[in-house]
Amino acid sequence: MTTQSVPAPAPLTREAPSLGGFNVTVLRLEIRRLLRNRRTVIFALIFPVVFFLAFGLNSAYANESAGPGSHGNVSAFVMISMALYGAVLATTSGGAMVSIERAAGWSRQLRLTPLSPVAYIVIKMLTAMVLSLASVVVVFAVGGLTGKPSMPMYLWIVSAASVWIGSLVFAAFGLFMGYLLPTENVMQFLGLGLALLSFAGGLFIPLSQFPQILQDIAQWTPLYGLNQLVHAPMLGVGVQWAWAVNAVAWLVIFAGGAVWRFRKDTARV
Amino acid sequence: MTLTNMADERGRRPAGGSQPAAIALRRVHKNFGAVQAVKDIDLDISSGEIVAFLGPNGAGKTSTIDIILGLSQPTAGTAEVFGMQPRQAITRGLVSAVLQTGGLLKDFTVRETAEYTASLFVRPRPVDEALNRAGITSIADRRVGKCSGGEQQRLRFAMALLSDPELLILDEPTTGMDVEGRRGFWGSIRQDTARGRTVLFATHYLEEADAYADRIILLRHGQIVADGTSSEVKAMAAGRTVRATLAGADPVALSAIPGADNVEVRGDTVLVHSTDSDAVARYLLTKTPARDLEINTRGLEDAFIALTSDDNDTSAGGSR
Repeated sequence: MTTQSVPAPAPLTREAPSLGGFNVTVLRLEIRRLLRNRRTVIFALIFPVVFFLAFGLNSAYANESAGPGSHGNVSAFVMISMALYGAVLATTSGGAMVSIERAAGWSRQLRLTPLSPVAYIVIKMLTAMVLSLASVVVVFAVGGLTGKPSMPMYLWIVSAASVWIGSLVFAAFGLFMGYLLPTENVMQFLGLGLALLSFAGGLFIPLSQFPQILQDIAQWTPLYGLNQLVHAPMLGVGVQWAWAVNAVAWLVIFAGGAVWRFRKDTARV
Repeated sequence: MTLTNMADERGRRPAGGSQPAAIALRRVHKNFGAVQAVKDIDLDISSGEIVAFLGPNGAGKTSTIDIILGLSQPTAGTAEVFGMQPRQAITRGLVSAVLQTGGLLKDFTVRETAEYTASLFVRPRPVDEALNRAGITSIADRRVGKCSGGEQQRLRFAMALLSDPELLILDEPTTGMDVEGRRGFWGSIRQDTARGRTVLFATHYLEEADAYADRIILLRHGQIVADGTSSEVKAMAAGRTVRATLAGADPVALSAIPGADNVEVRGDTVLVHSTDSDAVARYLLTKTPARDLEINTRGLEDAFIALTSDDNDTSAGGSR
């Protein structure tokens, strides 16, 4: 334009944003908003800690090994379980925010901006993962402060990291449910659903205490594989294919469902 | 060089054929199942025009606007905004809108909502400037959920200003506002449009169209039934109705009276609408045995209803 005496018409000089509108300001505002939601904070940050304090501090647990060949005690085992519970609640809440946003008409409002649907999903996933990280850190920090969980330092890090990464499966779950359930109260359903899945996955009570038939069914539920995987390093057991298949299969199902509903939602009619 | 600077100042372009129309609709149809919401609309709106879509509910205003914004696809026909696809124009911040249905998030503050929106555009206007122009600086830190309907509407307006759009679309922006709120809102819009933006707004308030638009497009049943300046449309809709008792009236002869644009025969009663009621009266009284003559003026509101209502399909006054 500086070299021309006549400017190009304004429309032709305007640009579309890169990355479909994705930016750090949006991410910051989304996280702030998520933390402003009292229900989400209670579910994702306070419940897991309370559960850990209630179930993980039994004085016998501190002295009891989590199993033959294990590198840690039962208290550490419970801490990892509760971190996983908190992390999947966090990512599910984060993903399910799309439900609230659709119900409020915000999604439609965003269609008047350059934000691309894919960038929107990425923002939702990242927001969910930030809350999940907070949840894991809080549970592990409280665990550390109590002095009861015991395992080598590297296992604190490996366990926390695997719980956090594993919770991604439930970010997809939250998105899927968020697009499926058109309600502002989506987390009331999902909170209950996750509690059931947590029982089935063996997060609250060891599956060996269930009748055989329930144990057989439980192995197919979405938290089972993840729960086994995140405890494996600490228990010092090899990873079984069935666990990984369970986790990956559910990730594919949830992500596929989310993409399906998302396509339907953003289709122009 | 001066020209360049001036042109850059506010996106004002030098006049010329190279500038694509702000809005160009070509034979646009939109069906929802069996319902034809938009029927064959052709429309050109040039840069800088302030245009009102006027029509009753269900006339096709919102459906047409959704197509212009790329929120829905026309069943047939094409829609271009500044010579490009609607979505492309939106990603470049050329078009923004204040819609009836666009939602806000209750747990963001007013300022956060605006910051969020601004961050999505390349080179947005400052958030404070937009809030100020929409008159909501004083409530910037209030949660959206605690704002009144009018305040939320002003926030939507502020959001629409952030990209400094060339084209601003408002879909019944004052619905649900009281008289005071409505006046204030239009005051803000008017200040803003003085800067040369193209504005298209939908309304079913005749006064709003009359007061704020340079051009009024009347929609009825998904079609454009009138298109012109406010005074042109008013003149088209104006006129008087002559009513008389006349047995065996001949509608064809009555229609031939100069100025008569609508003739209705109900038994022994004839109703002739005309822009020249004197001519109709003179004809009826001198050329026919008509009696009980009455002449009624149609108010602006009635005129609008007449142009847009269902039961005047015989009217010849609708087309441009």
